[in-house]
Amino acid sequence: MSVENTVAADTFTEPPLIKGNQTFASVTEIISSIVEKKPKKAWFVLFGLASSLVMILLGSIGFLVWEGIGVWGVNNPVGWGWAITNFVFWVGIGHAGTLISAVLYIFRQKWRTSINRFAEAMTIFAVICALIFPGVHVGRVWVAYYMFPIPNQMAIWPNFRSPLLWDIFAVGTYFSVSLMFWYTGLIPDLATLRDRAKTVLRKRVLGLFSLGWRGGNKQWKHYELAYLLLAGLSTPLVLSVHSVVSTDFATSIIPGWHSTIFPPYFVAGAIFSGFAMVMTLAIIARKIYNLEDIITLKHLERMNMVIMVTGMMVGYAYSMEFFIAWYSGNEYETFTFLNRAFGPYAWAYWIMISCNVLIPQLFWSKKIRTSIPLMFVISIFVNIGMWFERFVITVTSLANDFLPSSWDYFSPTFWDVSLLIGSFGLFFTLFLLFIRYLPMISITEIKGVLPQADPHYYENHA
Amino acid sequence: MKAGKVEGVIAEFENPAALIKAAEQLRDSGYKKFDCHSPFPIHGMDQAMGEKRSILGWIVGPVAFIMVLAGFLFEGWTSTIAYPLVISGKPLFSYQAYGAVAFALMVLTSALVSLVGMLAINKLPRFHHPVFYSERFNRATDDGFFVSVEAQDERFKEEDTAEFLKSIGGREVELLVAND
Repeated sequence: MSVENTVAADTFTEPPLIKGNQTFASVTEIISSIVEKKPKKAWFVLFGLASSLVMILLGSIGFLVWEGIGVWGVNNPVGWGWAITNFVFWVGIGHAGTLISAVLYIFRQKWRTSINRFAEAMTIFAVICALIFPGVHVGRVWVAYYMFPIPNQMAIWPNFRSPLLWDIFAVGTYFSVSLMFWYTGLIPDLATLRDRAKTVLRKRVLGLFSLGWRGGNKQWKHYELAYLLLAGLSTPLVLSVHSVVSTDFATSIIPGWHSTIFPPYFVAGAIFSGFAMVMTLAIIARKIYNLEDIITLKHLERMNMVIMVTGMMVGYAYSMEFFIAWYSGNEYETFTFLNRAFGPYAWAYWIMISCNVLIPQLFWSKKIRTSIPLMFVISIFVNIGMWFERFVITVTSLANDFLPSSWDYFSPTFWDVSLLIGSFGLFFTLFLLFIRYLPMISITEIKGVLPQADPHYYENHA
Repeated sequence: MKAGKVEGVIAEFENPAALIKAAEQLRDSGYKKFDCHSPFPIHGMDQAMGEKRSILGWIVGPVAFIMVLAGFLFEGWTSTIAYPLVISGKPLFSYQAYGAVAFALMVLTSALVSLVGMLAINKLPRFHHPVFYSERFNRATDDGFFVSVEAQDERFKEEDTAEFLKSIGGREVELLVAND
């Protein structure tokens, strides 16, 4: 006897991803009109603010190059201060973009289509901000090209055993591949904007960048495979980038750094912080541009779940570090961790624990993870907490190492702060330019997940 | 005024399902040089058009394999032959350290070949194409679904092909004539 389980079928039918009964034309209109209209006043205010911070960044870099890295608060045991903290922070922010665009693509998570474009943009801008810090940290920036394996008159080559060199390759590749992935996704959307363009200039510029895209299936066929290949290449890349960044620490012998947990711990933390940043930006953009039908509460709720899960992974890593420090019986290791929690930097450690481990637990409540003001506040806390995580890792281990006579306390100077604030300015400036000139949501992919995009839709609804 | 050369014919269809049906009929009646234009890729269109799977993977795969090997050998060459320098007492050929850079080189070059290869196979950038002669074709990137048949197709005859497209449900059938 066969029993048809109709109850289960009803329960498991997904509600539509995109709300408001959209047609193909209305999707085009909602997303493209944002970049075709004059920007709102809020955009100009934010852009003015962000670009003034870029001036601070440029000024600070100028002074730093002129004067040398002594202008920072770095001292003898703490040779790595905020520069590496900011670097790891920004690279981490980028990870959510690649996770959303590549990993969720491979897992066919269709809800990613509403957020992937600006998450990818965020990746690219975050990596630009990240690359500034090791760039200026070398001190003599005019010889930074020594890091690349370029044949030169001195017949010297870089040392490929150094994790700092791995970093150049990992982060450089990450930036280039993210850019190519992003551009590939943009081609059909640029063609949409091209075909809607009213002025000759817009037609020419968009025509140039959309490469004469015709949307024929003979093109889509290769396009889709290229997109899949890029996603497949980006997936191991995103896992490798922060693993390589973590080896900057883990291959040294400093207590608190020399640990095999670092690569997965850094990757989880990166996804955690990245999703929080996507959240912060998505909530603002959705509000300003009335995109509630496309970035629905469902999307935000799912991102909150990712934040909660990765937050617990990070919490697990924190506690495991403590356990291993005790279990190893190594007194330097044990001291380092007790010192983190109760030493001179205890304030930073407890900020980190509260922001990253305790506060995301609030997302267990459905009320909180579907409340927009609350999730906005929590995402900001996570951003702060993850910056402090990198600060705690970098500074506490260096400040109190093996020999008490060499210990010192690190305090940031004006220039440390101005570079960090300036990098936020650069990030937001680039982001604002992006939402002004490019479709911040993938028009093509949103149309592809509409119910009427499926040819079978017409069999039942004809 | 002399009429220009007909370079193809274009017809619009109602929706993705109608486009797939049209593609199947074109395929079955022996047309080869036709294309189905849609604002997003349509699932099942490759079979409907009788298209084979893209060959891009066969280009990217070997590149990936060669580059990961080349990266590894390059690292080995610089540290043993080109610039042998003992650092921290480690052996010159410290292959354990070469993974990260070899992997990064592989991903970088494969991604580049994926993008450039896709554009090359699609013959892009190409800023002029007969389909752009049609005023209505602008909607192919918005909400229009079009079939275009090129004049080079063996079976192409202006009147017959246009009639055929009409008979399979095509609306606004239009001959593509250079308009400049």
